[in-house]
Amino acid sequence: MDRIPILRMGEFLLVTIQVDMHDQLALQLQDDLTRAIDKNGAKGVLIDISALGMVDSFIGRMIADISGMARILDAKTVLVGMQPAVAITLVELGLSLPGVATALNVERGMGLLRQALAESGDDDNFIKR
Amino acid sequence: MTSKGTLVSALQTRRQEILATWLAQLEHVSASSKGRLSAKDLGKQADEFLNILASTAQTHGTDDAGAEGWQAVREFLEDLSRQRVLAGFSSDETATFIFSLKRPLFDALGQVCSDSADDLAKELWITTELLDKLGLHTVKTFQASREEVIGRQQTELLELSTPVVKLWDGILALPMIGTLDSARTQIVMESLLQKIVETEAQIAIIDITGVPTVDTLVAQHLLKTVTAIRLMGADCIISGVRPQIAQTIVHLGVDLQGVTTKANLADALALSLKRNGISFVKH
Repeated sequence: MDRIPILRMGEFLLVTIQVDMHDQLALQLQDDLTRAIDKNGAKGVLIDISALGMVDSFIGRMIADISGMARILDAKTVLVGMQPAVAITLVELGLSLPGVATALNVERGMGLLRQALAESGDDDNFIKR
Repeated sequence: MTSKGTLVSALQTRRQEILATWLAQLEHVSASSKGRLSAKDLGKQADEFLNILASTAQTHGTDDAGAEGWQAVREFLEDLSRQRVLAGFSSDETATFIFSLKRPLFDALGQVCSDSADDLAKELWITTELLDKLGLHTVKTFQASREEVIGRQQTELLELSTPVVKLWDGILALPMIGTLDSARTQIVMESLLQKIVETEAQIAIIDITGVPTVDTLVAQHLLKTVTAIRLMGADCIISGVRPQIAQTIVHLGVDLQGVTTKANLADALALSLKRNGISFVKH
């Protein structure tokens, strides 16, 4: 069965969805990603959906769920590269994804994650001292 | 005598007479349309129509104007009504073209069937039915052509009224003008989102100075657009909120919290520049 690869980039995880999602794949990703966050102690997750041309309510909810799970595991989620058609569909479905950070492309998404990490990084320094 | 024969023979033997009376009738009723259609053109059209009518009636019978054989007549009328739409005629002026043929035809039939009142009544009924059908078809085509024109104008208006302008690097503005309905908002939303993808703009300003009224539906459309923009990873500012509209929005109980609003486009631009880390120094 095919899986969506999860790449590690320092303290962040990068998930690039290159195929149209079906339900089983989405559930598998949810499972894989939570494990990967736990294993790597990731501080941020970046999900690139620029190649995703179609969403339904299930996939929309799954994206919101993943972000919620990541937050509990102390990782910030940024969703990048959403296509206009996908954005319109999600809004029409009533899924405005509150609490999910978004960015236009991977570069800006990474910037957001770094910024978030720098802001929360003060705590670590405090412990070291 | 068959019903087919009488009308056809009337059309053939008294053609000149019918045409002359018909033209006189047309002249009389369409005095207002002078200038849009010359008497010569009208005469030509009438002459042509009589030719087609006579030949069709002869070959295909006069029972059903909706039948296959009457295609040529219908097409002629379709062309005619289309031309008249473009020339700016009204629907009754167009329909009169057919209905004014009744009198000359009835006169001619009366002379052909002068010996039998029963035959005449029967013929009149057939002719009336036929001309009514043709007349209705003309009006139908007239309406359809007109709706086509209106539809085309609407699309043009839609395209004209949704320009997305780039104000600065990474800052887009959409000056909205006119009433917002679902169809328009959809197009506005799509073109704005598409432009955001193309230009990778971080901030989109929707200026509603030109929107006359805001009701719950319009507010809902605005909120949807703002949410879609946020989902794509850009920020949205709504500018040009007039005092009257601010009052309406609050009275309607629309929740615009979480949406940045500014009184005018200048303020919105200033905020966008600040967010992008651009500042101006006055020398």
